Amino acid sequence: MYAKKNIAELLDEPACAHNQKSKSGCSRLKPGATAGGCSFDGAQIALLPIADVAHVVHGAIACAGSSWDSRGSRSAGRALYRTGMTTDLTEQDVIMGRGEKRLFHAIKQAIDSYHPAAVFVYNTCVPALIGDDLEAVCKAAEERWGVPVVPVDAAGFYGTKNLGNRLAGETMIKYVIGTREPDPIPAEAQRPGVTVHQVNLIGEYNIAGEFWQVLPLFDEIGLRVLGTLSGDSRFHEIQTMHRAEVTMVVCAKAILNVARKLKNRYGIPWFEGSFYGLVDTSNTFREFARLINDPALTERVEAMISREETRANQALAPWRQRLQGKRVLLYTGGVKSWSVVSALQDLGMEVVATGTKKSTEEDKARIRELMGETAHMVEDGNPRALLDIVKEYQADLLIAGGRNMFTALKARLPFLDINQEREFGYAGYQGMVELARQLALTLESPIWEAVRRPAPWKTNVIKAVREKN
Amino acid sequence: MAKINKRNKALAVNPLKVSQSVGAALAFLGIHRAIPMLHGSQGCTAFGKVFFVRHFREPIPLQTTAMDQISTVMNADDNVIEGLKTIAEKNQPALIGLPTTGLSETQGTDIHRLVKAFYDTYPQFRLIPVVPVNSPDYLGCLESGFALAVKALLEHLVPTTGNRPGRRFRQINVLVGSALTPGDLEHLRELIEAFGLQPIIIPDLADSLDGHLPEVDFSPITVGGTPVSAFTTLGESVATLVIGRSLNSAADWLKERTQVPDFRFDSLMGLEAVDHLVMTLAQISGQPVPEKIERQRAQLQDAMLDTHFMLGFARIAIAADPDLLYALSCLVKAMGAEITAAVAPANAPILEEVPTAEVKLGDLEDVENQARAQGAQLLISNSHAVGVAERLHIPLLRVGFPQYDQIGGYQRLWIGYRGTRQTLFDLANLLSSHQSHEIPIYHSRYAVRPEEVITPFAATHQS
Repeated sequence: MYAKKNIAELLDEPACAHNQKSKSGCSRLKPGATAGGCSFDGAQIALLPIADVAHVVHGAIACAGSSWDSRGSRSAGRALYRTGMTTDLTEQDVIMGRGEKRLFHAIKQAIDSYHPAAVFVYNTCVPALIGDDLEAVCKAAEERWGVPVVPVDAAGFYGTKNLGNRLAGETMIKYVIGTREPDPIPAEAQRPGVTVHQVNLIGEYNIAGEFWQVLPLFDEIGLRVLGTLSGDSRFHEIQTMHRAEVTMVVCAKAILNVARKLKNRYGIPWFEGSFYGLVDTSNTFREFARLINDPALTERVEAMISREETRANQALAPWRQRLQGKRVLLYTGGVKSWSVVSALQDLGMEVVATGTKKSTEEDKARIRELMGETAHMVEDGNPRALLDIVKEYQADLLIAGGRNMFTALKARLPFLDINQEREFGYAGYQGMVELARQLALTLESPIWEAVRRPAPWKTNVIKAVREKN
Repeated sequence: MAKINKRNKALAVNPLKVSQSVGAALAFLGIHRAIPMLHGSQGCTAFGKVFFVRHFREPIPLQTTAMDQISTVMNADDNVIEGLKTIAEKNQPALIGLPTTGLSETQGTDIHRLVKAFYDTYPQFRLIPVVPVNSPDYLGCLESGFALAVKALLEHLVPTTGNRPGRRFRQINVLVGSALTPGDLEHLRELIEAFGLQPIIIPDLADSLDGHLPEVDFSPITVGGTPVSAFTTLGESVATLVIGRSLNSAADWLKERTQVPDFRFDSLMGLEAVDHLVMTLAQISGQPVPEKIERQRAQLQDAMLDTHFMLGFARIAIAADPDLLYALSCLVKAMGAEITAAVAPANAPILEEVPTAEVKLGDLEDVENQARAQGAQLLISNSHAVGVAERLHIPLLRVGFPQYDQIGGYQRLWIGYRGTRQTLFDLANLLSSHQSHEIPIYHSRYAVRPEEVITPFAATHQS
């Protein structure tokens, strides 16, 4: 189990502008009025998409039983994360202290049945409380079975989902990154005059396969994505992330620790970018080019951007007309609180307020840049508060995570899901068209009038008729 | 009598089991103006909430005592008391359910004492019933957690005095297990009302989670469900119906407390089981069976005739919580099908009565292996089994929790003559759309038909 000291260290993130202020990770949770996932949830979110790893949840059934196979993350090949694995501890295991033994055999079973590239073992509350020595079991199993076995020690009660993200990142730094050299680029993939540069992506989860709309552009301009944390990634790719020239942090304030440590240890510069919206997508590619500083690359990037933007603008023109002036309440966390703002503004929409519960100071600065000094920021996103803001600001639409979907729908309010369970990819130039389409689909739906219409026998006209007769 | 094969693997793969805590929370969601608060870390609640939101496609009121590092190591008593106070103050619920989790149970919480301490500290909330239930996730499954919460509700809300069974001669108590959907409960109510009886359904998920659009735009507590006040009159009902063996212990308690006679049903699927219910209702009410119901029975019989061709000898694999596994097994067995794999996530007495040679306590990997080995033609399980069915190239009928890949599973009707008929139609359709009985074409070597291209045998043979 992580000592309190270690967790305090993790909450100190020098690369994060928020660091000087009170830390979201340490504010005490309020019993009876808390929403949000635990550290285990966060760790799982960060690592589960690594597609050729067996993800074993060490604990009683609640942790895996309610959560397995619920990610919208896609893999191009193996998808071992879609196979739920847990030690499913019983009362006897807990009382008699048989958890470690069960875990040891469970790791073997996972290796024998599914031949994973590695096994990740996630700690959860009950074994953390009874003191199962996760690290020792993993070490022994690795030695015995000859497959990397990585302990991910982020039990639920350690703290919030953000802390879990960070613990997961820490685990990759400690056990995985830097343990292997990248494979040479295949000769047939080389093009004359193109020097291929290697980059990392952190916080890209390939939701609904959206990164596949962007990856061809990386290939085109000669950037090799060495490893991602963790969309459509493989264990052996994560191992080589120390050899990248640049790290891009996509949506992962909580895993900044990985980017920072990659910089400190291996001198890899990093930046924060986004693939939501034309402007941000183009800026992201330019930032890669700037940091890598290869004139030929810059040239290829600019050519690609100008082509893609022209194409996307053409495709978006009819949608922009339809979405022009529509008012949006955006309630999402972290980077998305500004990256999506820019995407929506690209479409001519007006963001009346944005959620900043999980945003950092830097995120907030960017919001002000985009929405003006008077930007309305929503800290407390409980459903009642959100609906009141919708009313106050006359928003036409709520954009938020899946858990708020029914808050909006019950209030007869158009809604768009922006979080990790969604089924549509919005990243990149192409994704922007899909985003516009989905926005129009809900905003222009003919159902809104019908679901707001009271039953005809409850309207005044009918009452009048009834009274008359 | 089925042999129970216990778990023999260290690792559960593709779990079938859903935790007791989540099951207990579900039961509380069937009480009007209620909210459950899980005593555990915030993740226990967050996962449970997402789980139900995906299944019901409804906002789900569910809170947490939010145990963190310090309260886990030192003491989480204050979390419970503070959490109860916060909810009581903010939401003015009619009831707070308080299921424990593996974390708080391992820590050794005394949840019952904490409820007393809460009332002592905040006497102004004395009138809000708080119902604690010990529901650690290292035991049982969703069904048992649900049953534990139903029993806890009775224990806390049924008064010790005032029992006069039959005083309300049309009122009938109905204890329902987790195997019944809101759609089932709606139909059950109609059946009972058709005999001039007034049911009190406990817990009434049909009134809270049936997916209706209420007038209020938001509520932090349940909208609909069994009213808390109804519990005070259970002792005056003429009878109690108990649906599902999992509720036996709750039913025993209610019967002892109220002396109201009870009638227990392990299943309401299939002709025989529904006949039993209808006869009982006729008996209790003293009324003849309405023509409408007779008609439904005749419709079911007709459907049995029509579907027995497809269902006879069909090799069916089922993975579900014990009551549901039992009911579905009996249903398909009565149609002449064979049960080639039966898997339950946790043990229960009723599993011994499943009409098959053995029941495996296990996961979806077990059902996959067994179904493959036995050549199953159809799988009945929850949405998690979609992958299993795909790999086995057989159709899947979705039952139980969770159902998230198709809309409306929560509202589906399974029970009664009508529900059974629909199940038979669906099973038959799934089986026939996935099967090819076609005899492969054979071309005589002596025939001379130059216009017909002779395709090799393998290509014409459909697998």
